[in-house]
Amino acid sequence: MGSVNATTPPSTHRNIVPAFRTFAAITGSGFRRYSTYRQATVAGAFTNTVFGFLRTYVLLAVAAGTATGLAGGYDREQLATFVWAGQGLLAVVALWGSTELADRIRTGDVASDLLRPVHPVTMYLAADLGRAWHAVLTRFVPPVLTGLLFFDVYLPRQWFTGPLFVVSAALAVMLCFACRYLVNSVAYWLTDIRGPMLAWLVGSGVLGGLFFPLRFLPEQFMVALWVATPFPSMLQTPLDVLVERDPPALRCGIVALQAMWVMLLLACCAVVQRRAERRLVIQGG
Amino acid sequence: MADRPRPYLALLRGQASAQASYRISFAIDLGTNVVATMLDVLTVLVLFRVTKALGGFTLREAMVMVGLTAFAFAAADLMVGNIERVKLYVNTGRLDAVLVRPLGVLPQLLLMDIPIRKAARSVFGATVLAVALASAGIDWTAARVGLVAFALAGGVLFFGSIFVATASVAFWWIESGEIGNAFTYGGREFTTYPINIYSGWFRRVFAYGLGFGFVAYYPALALLGRTDPLGLPGWVGYAAPGVSIVVAAVAAAVWRVGVRHYRSTGS
Repeated sequence: MGSVNATTPPSTHRNIVPAFRTFAAITGSGFRRYSTYRQATVAGAFTNTVFGFLRTYVLLAVAAGTATGLAGGYDREQLATFVWAGQGLLAVVALWGSTELADRIRTGDVASDLLRPVHPVTMYLAADLGRAWHAVLTRFVPPVLTGLLFFDVYLPRQWFTGPLFVVSAALAVMLCFACRYLVNSVAYWLTDIRGPMLAWLVGSGVLGGLFFPLRFLPEQFMVALWVATPFPSMLQTPLDVLVERDPPALRCGIVALQAMWVMLLLACCAVVQRRAERRLVIQGG
Repeated sequence: MADRPRPYLALLRGQASAQASYRISFAIDLGTNVVATMLDVLTVLVLFRVTKALGGFTLREAMVMVGLTAFAFAAADLMVGNIERVKLYVNTGRLDAVLVRPLGVLPQLLLMDIPIRKAARSVFGATVLAVALASAGIDWTAARVGLVAFALAGGVLFFGSIFVATASVAFWWIESGEIGNAFTYGGREFTTYPINIYSGWFRRVFAYGLGFGFVAYYPALALLGRTDPLGLPGWVGYAAPGVSIVVAAVAAAVWRVGVRHYRSTGS
């Protein structure tokens, strides 16, 4: 974990343990930070739950209106699981995360992030993983339990679905973090990111599979979307893994695709960060 | 009294120049807004790609509800949607600055954003509604023409009241976060579709308890000349928009009590 700013020389010791400890400490602080926002957590879980009801009823009505009773290849129970797990996962990946980094860039507070002996991408990622873990406990569990209580939901039947879902969800968290980091970093160049942020909010929701499963779209368009953009990998992939929509090989394939996107976009974050720091110096800020 | 709107115009001009100074961001914002407006309607079209009917309503029939909702929500958002920000102002204590000015609290908050992009949404909503009404095969009578106007006015008032009422929660519950979205955006989602697709207590609470069923569903039934699968008589459709007057009165009361209840952050 090398330093990147001009004021500190690169770290000389190669021992991984301190770096790991730092990462874990920042993750813990991210968890603790979000555990203090109790009212907002309850409000968020409540809203996700209301939308869970709305979307389940709509998708069940869609399935009821088809000749086969299947909508996009999902049966009624799979649709219910898709919606309720999706409402929980939405908060875990923080699809609509904050503009905190952009605000810090705008106000100049980001300068103090750059002085720390941890790479900013690493630091923000660690804190975001802490937030995600907090969300698993407080934002994922309530909607999923509500779904279990009020609807017939699909429960996974194959043993490896559980572990694969966990891997896929973890990849989705990192992927979504990388995307938000990139959108926020636009502030280095534009200062105001209202426009890009709105574009991200709109695009990620509809192309990620939140509003309707992407399988409802024409086949070729859907495949192109999946391969060429990171959006389906943020929600649709973990949800399809969970409801066992595809044969096992294909499920492993889409998770591998997710992993590829994570590596690609985290690398992008590092590159953008390096260029942004040069930009910040030029600005004299 | 002649120059009363002038301070408000100055606020609006200030906002406009502040936002337009970040030109690229502003342009992306405008472009995305147009896309976002279409998305709700596109979602319905995607659903109807998969199914022939939703709750027994065809695409042409359902589009009447979609259009009524799209326009009413967009117009309400245009007029009072900014009030969502009150939670930010309460949270940071910035509401103090708003309260000490010799201007109304509500109008000031509403002028904290420029309305161009939301105006575009309203225009799109109106277009969807016009197309839907033209293609639904409605048997036009004088009463039905009047009902369209009544339903639109009622819908705008209804969603506007929901915006105000849910934003007022912030006065009591500082970190209210997303709770308002459940009723504003959630309400829009609810009224977009025929309410007979929902069931049990959930439908009773949203459709009748909170009144969302009377925004688009019942007026649309009356326009289409269909009987209610849930069993309410036909005249309900013509009276439905009147519900919004009650909702507006409640919202206004909640807002007034809320502003009086406001205490600064104390920092």
